[in-house]
Parts: sequence; structure tokens; C-alpha cells
Amino acid sequence: MRYIANLVNADKLAGRTRKYKVIFSPQKFYACEMVLEEEGIYGDVSCDEWAFSLLPLDVDLLSMELPEFFRDYFLEGDQRWINTVAQALHLLSTLYGPFPNSYGIGRCAKMSYELWRKLEEEEDGETKGRRPEIGHTFLLDRDTDFVTALCSQVVYEGLVDDTFRIKCGSVDFGPEVTSSDKSLKVLLNAEDKVFSEIRNEHFSNVFGFLSQKARNLQAQYDRRRGMDIKQMKNFVSQELKGLKQEHRLLSLHIGACESIMKKKTKQDFQELIKTEHALLEGFSIRESTSYIEEHIDRQVSPIESLRLMCLLSITENGLIPKDYRSLKTQYLQSYGPEHLLTFSNLRRAGLLTEQAPGDTLTAVESKVSKLVTDKAAGKITDAFSSLAKRSNFRAISKKLNLIPRVDGEYDLKVPRDMAYVFSGAYVPLSCRIIEQVLERRSWQGLDEVVRLLNCSEFAFTDMTKEDKASSESLRLILVVFLGGCTFSEISALRFLGREKGYRFIFLTTAVTNSARLMEAMSEVKA
Amino acid sequence: MNRTKGDEEEYWNSSKFKAFTFDDEDDELSQLKESKRAVNSLRDFVDDDDDDDDLERVSWSGEPVGSISWSIKETAGNSGSTHEGREQLKSRNSFSSYAQLPKPTSTYSLSSFFRGRTRPGSFQSLSDALSDTPAKSYAPELGRPKGEYRDYSNDWSPSDTVRRLRKGKVCSLERFRSLQDKLQLLEEAVSMHDGNVITAVLIFLKRTLCKEILFRELEVRQVALRHLIHFLKEIGDQKLLLDLFRYLDRTEELALSHYREHLNIQDPEKRKEFLKTCIGLPFSAEDSAHIQDHYTLLERQIIIEANDRHLESAGQTEIFRKHPRKASILNMPLVTTLFYSCFYHYTEAEGTFSSPINLKKTFKIPDKQYVLTALAARAKLRAWHDVDALFTTKNWLGYTKKRAPIGFHRVVEILHKNSAPVQILQEYVNLVEDVDTKLNLATKFKCHDVVIDQIRWKN
Repeated sequence: MRYIANLVNADKLAGRTRKYKVIFSPQKFYACEMVLEEEGIYGDVSCDEWAFSLLPLDVDLLSMELPEFFRDYFLEGDQRWINTVAQALHLLSTLYGPFPNSYGIGRCAKMSYELWRKLEEEEDGETKGRRPEIGHTFLLDRDTDFVTALCSQVVYEGLVDDTFRIKCGSVDFGPEVTSSDKSLKVLLNAEDKVFSEIRNEHFSNVFGFLSQKARNLQAQYDRRRGMDIKQMKNFVSQELKGLKQEHRLLSLHIGACESIMKKKTKQDFQELIKTEHALLEGFSIRESTSYIEEHIDRQVSPIESLRLMCLLSITENGLIPKDYRSLKTQYLQSYGPEHLLTFSNLRRAGLLTEQAPGDTLTAVESKVSKLVTDKAAGKITDAFSSLAKRSNFRAISKKLNLIPRVDGEYDLKVPRDMAYVFSGAYVPLSCRIIEQVLERRSWQGLDEVVRLLNCSEFAFTDMTKEDKASSESLRLILVVFLGGCTFSEISALRFLGREKGYRFIFLTTAVTNSARLMEAMSEVKA
Repeated sequence: MNRTKGDEEEYWNSSKFKAFTFDDEDDELSQLKESKRAVNSLRDFVDDDDDDDDLERVSWSGEPVGSISWSIKETAGNSGSTHEGREQLKSRNSFSSYAQLPKPTSTYSLSSFFRGRTRPGSFQSLSDALSDTPAKSYAPELGRPKGEYRDYSNDWSPSDTVRRLRKGKVCSLERFRSLQDKLQLLEEAVSMHDGNVITAVLIFLKRTLCKEILFRELEVRQVALRHLIHFLKEIGDQKLLLDLFRYLDRTEELALSHYREHLNIQDPEKRKEFLKTCIGLPFSAEDSAHIQDHYTLLERQIIIEANDRHLESAGQTEIFRKHPRKASILNMPLVTTLFYSCFYHYTEAEGTFSSPINLKKTFKIPDKQYVLTALAARAKLRAWHDVDALFTTKNWLGYTKKRAPIGFHRVVEILHKNSAPVQILQEYVNLVEDVDTKLNLATKFKCHDVVIDQIRWKN
């Protein structure tokens, strides 16, 4: 806003009169108006709002492209985007009919749901009488499951995102991938035939698949040797284009795979994965800690080091104070002292904490509660308990069987459960929760889990609408991720859908991965 | 003046500005009548004519007033004074629909009314109030639907006001003057869950309440407090933010917030000075040490930088000639600085600022880190003797022995990365304790003798 104000004021000083129009997308905030007013240019610009909030990135993926949601809500506690989410949900319900069943977990999910219901009430009549096409809705806060977001991804789409950064459904492949001089921007979605077959596969399968496909392609090309004129004409007019297209895509993806392999070997990916799995399973914690220490000492990558530390902290319920101090000091020495601010951010968000003795929290709590009015007392306790979320990852993991017990090798080619997205070591917590709730159609029997997650959950079934819903629509489920969603989770849920006969549609505030989460928390202006 | 006596009486007895009465407010219909009367009786004050809003207003060129083209023409017509034009536009339109005339108390001067500014406190500009896009359209709406101001009345309850704010509609918060009203408004906003509305209410409160009262009230309202803090951070009101933290006794956040400012200072000297002021802030014990280190580091870096730049330009020192510096050492992390100093100043005595040993002592760098960095630096320079010296220690019998705090497999890797000759590699591979690792590394780096030895030994 100030940037715009400066431009306008500069023009005014220079004596230029122009008409200015500012279009806010998706929403204009009152704070922006205030700044415009303050800078004295309120009357000179005309403002408009363009409520474009949903971007379909793929046949089953809708993104709101709000990466700032994560930081704004989970770090700063600013609820400004909740309205946008509610509007998006409202839009979907006007297009697809009312949602008979809604479930959710997390504070933000609850608030968005409540706001959405208010919206629906106010603008009633638009959805009345329509047949619901989406049977279930599930809202999920990102902080219910940080662990999944912080793990390294090993499904193909996730790897491409981690390595090359997929932005808005397309990726920039550099010259080393395209094996030519220029870089290419490629749209990655279900229309890319090659991509749609490999995207959810574990990386170990991908290469085999691609080489098989390459052989097939070659065989197709070779067919032309034995053709006569008529067949050749047919071939050229109908099939060649498709084959050429496939060839191009294939070479791109093979190039991408090679590039990924090279990068990962250089980074010592094996060791990294081993450490991650150890953290997830709860073994060899000391070794993992010293691995992280070494990682920091060698100045490998600030984002990676941070990510590993957060993973350690969340799975272990906070670092022991000695480790916290020593790792923090080493991090500051290796990557810069200004990261002191990053550490304070991570602590506030609950991503990287110290194992504190229990009474620290209550001491502060009691001090403030003395000043509190009765009405607000409940709110204070709420706020505090949510601010200092203690993650009980191990307990949850045991309860929900997140670490599959495997006899022998875990078959990645024919996966039996969602753990394949992490090489069989771990079932994503968020996906597991969704699976369980959908099975029971409620939160029954999951009270223990909810308590361990330290969240609030809700479930709401509108019977009148449920009756109208066809069985077809009851298989269609909308999953809303508030704070971001990773490709691994999407792949896992697609797998679940195939297994159980559901179809999932994903609505997320943004597509994210561990690097983006860490960058959002970093304070340092690069 | 063509008023009848009755009219005149009415005129003088009525006022656009409703005085405070103890009666309950009339129902909406009579209110509307009231405003309509007020509006009509003020015809002479306005340049333009206005009429009931029931009639479709059509300008001279035949376009309906309020349509896009009309508004564009109007604004174009007033190009020289767009500001004026817009205001007039607003006032014109507003008269057709009961005005956004604030009616709280008669302390509002008539002159503010004349200026055409109709709502000193409300938050909406014309076009976007009307671009209340219905759910189905996707293009930006630039028109002004006529009925937009129809439902403006002045007397909404807090919950209604909040609802209007959420929709982005025109709304004046000015009528919430008593503290109780304001707090009620805030409560409503918080229960609505929309952060934008909460911030809007906070902007209003910030302007109309003194900060002590504001802080006092927010202390017990966590959600609103978080929004205020974020808002202050975003608009850069550092002073108020620090006051707030001081009031809340959140000393650590106060310190961090102050410290954060250093990122905006580019000049190294100024930044150094600023960091010095940060040292005394109420950080936690470890953080204070970190801040102190930051300051000391920057101080050193400035000295080293100045010195080295001088040396480099003088062109006498060999190391700078062979490996010219690619970047300045300022604002680099400590380990990078250590690497730099091991690279360029390895042989210097402890006394100088740029010697590695000095850095190690000043910042209490652990041995592990030191050895790792020194190794990387010397290996890059292919100074194998120095590398040897790093690991050689004399034990009490006078024999030399090689020891490393980081594990020799790491040493071997780093050496390999820097293309060390095979003999050197071999020597260190031999020193790896774990047999399997030794074999793996030997094979990986083609130290054939070691491999042969190992296998022979195994058998």
C-alpha cells in the first residue's frame, strides 16, 4: 500500500495528474484503506475488489493461492482470511448444492465453519431445494499435523515440488532437464498423460515405469517400418502427433528424474531419510540429534536444518533444554545471528519448542487470569492452551497405528496402505484422521485422539439434506486444508479414495511443502 | 424561497442532525421519513438537484444516473479536480438515498457537511461498496447498483454493524462513542471470527481511545490483542507496538521487536551502533549472549573487511592475488567468517583480529566446528601439510598420533570433495575405525591398497 502511495504522491509532486485504479484480489482489507487515507491519496485512487478466490489447479485440486494464510494465522493469530475461506465454501455450496455432512478439526476450521454457516443463513434461498452433489466436507487445520508437512516427500509429484518448486500447477524445468539450452515452463496436471500416471507413485517406481514407457514408445515408432502407404498415412495423420507429444513429455520427465537423482545423491538423501524415519518411529534419537548437529555444522542448508530441528521437536514433544540451547547456538553460528528472530517465531508457532517443566505455563496463566473479567476467563485459558500446543505425537501415533508394522519388505509397487507415500514408514496423520472419521461418520471413538491432539473438533450432519443426497454424491468428499496441503497428502488421499471407493476433492489455501513452511517462519529478509 | 410558513416551522424545528433524546429511537419508517424530509429541505445547499430515489435519474445525455458510463463521464468531466468531482459525486448520489449522513449528535458542524464529505468515519469508497460481488460473477464489478444505499439507516446495533462490515458495506462506526458501546462492538466482531472486521474495529478504537485505556481493555481480550499487534507490525507503528509490549510486560517480545529493526539498516557502521543499543535489552540470558556475539562479530567483520580490502588493493599479498575475494565478509555468519579467516589468514598469530585462533577464543567455537571449518578451508587450498597438522597431536610419550573430533570418515569425504591426491586420501581412510565404513570408503574413493589390506586382514 505504501508503495502505491509513494508512486501516487511522487506523481502529484511532479504535477502529473493521472487516474489510478487499484484492484484488490481477493479481498480488500480495511487496513489498506486506512493507509490510503493516511497517505492522502484516498480520493485519487478508485478501489475495486475482485473476489477471485478459487483456482482450479487440477481436476480434483482447488487452490486459493493464499500462501500468506499460514503465517498470518498460525504465527500472528490474524483471522483475516477466514472470511475468504468462508466465501469460497459458500461459492462451492451455491454451485454444487448444500453439504449435508461436515466435519472438522482445529480452531481455525471451527471458526471458518461457523462463519460459513452465518453466511449461508444470511443468504439463504440460493441453495434451498438443490440436490447436494458433495456428500461430505472435512475441514482441517495445518497445525493438527505439522509432521506430515515437514517430512521429505518421495512421491513423484512431491519430489518435483521439493526440487523444482511447482507454482500454480506449473513448473520451470531448467536446461539440465530439458537437455537443451533453454528452460521450459510445463503445466503439470491430469492432462499430461505421462505425468498423471506417475505423479502418485513412489519414486522408486517412476524410473522403471518411464523406461517401460520409453520402450513402448520406441516399439510404436518401429511399427512404421512394416507399414504400407495407406497404413503410413493413417499413422501420420492420427497417431504420430500423439506419439510425439508423449515422447516430449516422456523425455522431460526422464530428465527431471535424472536431475532429482543427481541432486539427492549429492545431498546424501539416504542418510536424511534414515534420520527422518528414525525420528518418526522414535528410535535412535541421540543419533538423529547428532546428525542434525552435523548438518548444521557443515552449513548444508538453513531451511533443511531448520526443518529437521522442527521435526525432532514435534515428534519428541520439544527438545531437551540442553539440546535446544546447543543446536540454537550452532545454528546461529552457522547461518547468521539474525536467525534469533526465526527461532522466536518457531517457538511461538509451536514448531520448535523446548521441553519446559509443566508449571511454567500455569504461572503465566495464573498471573494474567487475575486481571481477567469472568467473561474473558474462558477465552484466556483457551488462548493459552492453544498457543502452547503440546504435541503428543508418539501417543497419537500408537493410537492410530501411524507406523505400520511390516514383516519383510514393504512392497512399494503395490502399496497396501497410505504409508507408501513415505516409503512405508509412516501414514500421514491428517489422512488417517480423515479416514477414521469418514468410516465412522462422526468422531465417535476418537475422543482420546482428539484430546491428544489438543484441538477442538466438530461434526455436523444436516439430515434433511442428507436424504436428498444420492449415494453417488455421498462418495464425493471435499477436504479443506487450512494453512496448506502437501502433494504427499494429496497422493495418499487419492490412494484412499481408490481403496474405499471415495472420490476426493481438495480445497487448500495453498499448496505447500516443508521448505515453504520454514521460509514462512523465517524472519530474515533474504 | 418558496416555503410556506408551515414549512418554515418544520424546517426550523427539524434538523438533519438529530439531537440526543432519551426516547427510544423511532421505528425505521419514521426515521426514513425524517431523513427524507431533512434531505429535501436542504436542497438549496447543494448545487445539484435531487429527487426521490424512487425515480430513475437520468442525466442529460440520457444515460441513467448511476450507471458506469455516466459515472465515468462525470469523473472525466472533473479531471482537473478529481477529488472534488468524486466528493460531489458521492454527495449527489447520497442524497438520492437517505445519505450516509451521520446523525449522532449535533456537535458535527455544518461545514463538514458542506464539504460533501459524508462520512468522516466510514470505511468504504464508492465503487467497491457496490462491487459486493454476488457469488456467481467472476469479473470485477465496476458498476454502482442503484439500491446500494437504500438500506442505510443510522441505527444499527453492534451485531448489525459487524455484519455489514464483514460484507464490506458502508458503515459508520462513529456512533459508538461510549466505551461500553465500543467494547460491545469489539465483542461482536470477535465472535464473527473475521479478522478483517476485527482490525477495522481496532483501527477505529485506536483512533478514538487513548492508548492506556485501549491497552487495558485489550489485555484481557487475546484475539483482539493479537490482531492489534499484527496490525501495528504491518503498518510499521513501532512506537505504539513497543509501548504495548511494555504495558503488557512482555519484555522478551519487546526486545525482539526492537532487535528486528536492525534488518532495515543497511550501513554496517550504523547497524553496529544499533546492535550496541540492543545489548542492554531484556532478552533471556542465552539470547543476550547471542546479541552480544552478533555485535562483536559485526565489529570484527568491519575491521577485517577494511583491512583486507586495503591489502587486496595493495596487491602485495599472495593469497589475495591467487584467490581474489568474491564477496564481502560483512554480515556473514560466524562459521563463514571462520572459514574466510582460515582461508586467508591462517598463519596469523593470536593477537590479530583476523586470525582463526582469535575467533575461536572470542566466540568459544567448539573444537568440532573449528576443525571442520579449518579442514574445509585448507583442503580447498590444497594445503595438505596444514591438514596434517590439524590432526597431529603429541601424546605424553612424545609420539605423534592423529586424532580428530569429527570422525575420519568425514575428513575423507571433505578431502575427496576437494580432489585430494590418492595417497592423502588413503592415509586418512586407514585411520577410519569402523571396518565396514573403511571398506566402503576405500572402494568409493578407489584406494586400492587399503581395500586389499582390508580383505587380507579379514581373511
